Amino acid sequence: MMIQISFYLTMALYGITTLLYLACLLRAAPCWAVAARRLLIAGFLTHCLATIHRYIAAGHLPITNMHESLSFFALSLVAAYLYFEFRFKVSTLGSFVMPVALLMIIGSSTFPQALRPLNPALESAWIYSHTILAFGAYAFFTIACGVAAMYLIQSHFLKKKQLGPLFKKLPSLDTLDEIGYRCLSFGFPLLTLAIITGAIWAAQAWGSYWSWDPKETWSLITWFVFAALLHGRLTTGWRGRRAAWLTVAGFLIMLFTFIGVNLWIPGLHSYN
Amino acid sequence: MNIIVVGLSHKTASVEIREKVAFSPNSIEQPLKALLMLEGIVEGVIVSTCNRVEIYATTRDIAGGIGRIRRFLADWHHLPFDLIEPHLYSYHGETAIRHVFRVASSLDSMVVGEPQILGQIKTSYGYAAEYGTSGVILNRFLHKAFSVAKRVRTETRIASSAVSVSFAAVELARKIFDSLSDKTVLLIGAGEMCELAARHFLTNGAKGVLVTNRTFAKAQRLAEEFAGEAIPFEELFDHLHKADIILTSTGAPHCIVAPKDLKPVIQRRRMKPMFFIDIAVPRDIDPAVNDLDAVYLYDLDDLQQVVAANLEGRRQEAEKAEAIIAEEIIQFHKWVATLEVTPTIVALRRQFDHLRHAELARTLVAWKDAPPDAEKRLEALTAALVNKILHHPTVALKKGGQGNRTDLYLDALRALFDLETPAPVDDDAADTEE
Repeated sequence: MMIQISFYLTMALYGITTLLYLACLLRAAPCWAVAARRLLIAGFLTHCLATIHRYIAAGHLPITNMHESLSFFALSLVAAYLYFEFRFKVSTLGSFVMPVALLMIIGSSTFPQALRPLNPALESAWIYSHTILAFGAYAFFTIACGVAAMYLIQSHFLKKKQLGPLFKKLPSLDTLDEIGYRCLSFGFPLLTLAIITGAIWAAQAWGSYWSWDPKETWSLITWFVFAALLHGRLTTGWRGRRAAWLTVAGFLIMLFTFIGVNLWIPGLHSYN
Repeated sequence: MNIIVVGLSHKTASVEIREKVAFSPNSIEQPLKALLMLEGIVEGVIVSTCNRVEIYATTRDIAGGIGRIRRFLADWHHLPFDLIEPHLYSYHGETAIRHVFRVASSLDSMVVGEPQILGQIKTSYGYAAEYGTSGVILNRFLHKAFSVAKRVRTETRIASSAVSVSFAAVELARKIFDSLSDKTVLLIGAGEMCELAARHFLTNGAKGVLVTNRTFAKAQRLAEEFAGEAIPFEELFDHLHKADIILTSTGAPHCIVAPKDLKPVIQRRRMKPMFFIDIAVPRDIDPAVNDLDAVYLYDLDDLQQVVAANLEGRRQEAEKAEAIIAEEIIQFHKWVATLEVTPTIVALRRQFDHLRHAELARTLVAWKDAPPDAEKRLEALTAALVNKILHHPTVALKKGGQGNRTDLYLDALRALFDLETPAPVDDDAADTEE
């Protein structure tokens, strides 16, 4: 019961926060962004509370069904976003990231919420490292996608010389580039480690490091896309609009790896 | 007490006149002191910038005070009064308050919304405070002006847009590069506008300047002026990759930079964005370079459109600012008007009598077996007491007559005895940081 109260409270807070951030893009008053951030921190805290409650009630990290993992995804995303908001002071990023977090938590609420015992095959300390690493990577890549979208919009304005209010609100291309790069350089090592720990765990639980399970295949594809992106950046300084488009593509593939594979392709990772 | 303003500005006087009446900040002490020696002038502040010379003062004799300050401006600079007289404006009362609020809020500036004027007034006020020529009224007046300016700045977007081509260029560059501190500006060709823009980039923190010109000597001369580096025109494409911001204004009849020239440059820059500002007519840069991923090209027309849009925006914001000022004037004017000796004494007496009568009535109602002459005696006693208490302050106020100190007393009396002063002017926003 407590879990549900804090879960729905979180959802409501994320909803209001998202609306405030979107309003910030259209309206002039900068105080709205401050209000949005405060509410978001409140939402984040209730979300942590809900997650901890569920963790205690279930006796394991709550990421074993769609309800739990979508909620956990939103939690990681908000945590990562808060870091970037405080570090770079760009509240406009919230207008692009928070809708994703809100969709995730709404999506989470549509799945059955009953607590279920952990599949005995999965009982291992690896559950923590593997999944937390994976969710961290997902969160950073989501923010990278939000930043890439902002970059595309801002560079479009600059190219077409449409210098309206939205142009004035969005940060500079360099700042966006910097945040995007930082997201990739955080997210990519996390994804790499998630795949490695996953393989070790798989060897323990299923007896084989790599079994071309759909989740494994798609994570590898995601890994290759972001590897290419980072490689291009480090060798020839790949950045700008093409890199931004590729980031968006990488995010969509990642999203499919995370959600699509679970829902539509049966495999070892489908627990529902 | 009255606030008066005498001065001239870019709106009434040409630069030749303005520079003649300007005061140097290094020797502002003497004129400030001399100002206070004028008959009837109680407090004074001198504001002198390249666009305006103004004196703010307080006096009880409006016409005389204004007349003497007008003369003072001519006499101090040993100018014939007739020379500056037609350019002078003078205000008193509400219009003076409005004027100073508008100046501080940059509504009266040549470029409306430019931020320097507030700092300049703050400095001028700092001198007056240092040399003791501003008192209780001007102190509060100017702090109020600063807080009004701050309100205008935060509540309207008057200062948020660039209204000259070079400012617009800097503003755009900030949307590409964020900080300009590690950026290099390249000037191709010479031209006043180009140089002005380069200078703007430098004052806004750009790291260095490269200059090239078909005549190498010209490039060298300009490079020297900017403490930059001259590049022979033929080697332009060997150095182009070093530049983040490129300003061009050559007299070339055809484009000197085409997309194919830029491809190797972009590669060499690891695709870091480049910002081309083409001020030349006919244009120096092939418009097609704007289609390259990392290149942003603006020509003179583009920049002028930005400026026109910003100007329009400022006009709308200026209206909002005027409304804010109108609101603040009423409050402040009420406060100044209360700083008069006679009405204050009257108000003080009225306040004491009011208290006296209230207490008297209370005592008599509660006093059951009062002797018949009780009321008369108490009346006499309390009246005498009040008279005695008020005697000394009244004399001190009247004797104080003119001067700084009286205003201080008046202000204190009004506050201490809660005499119907309008809501006091708030000082909380008067902090001096930007």
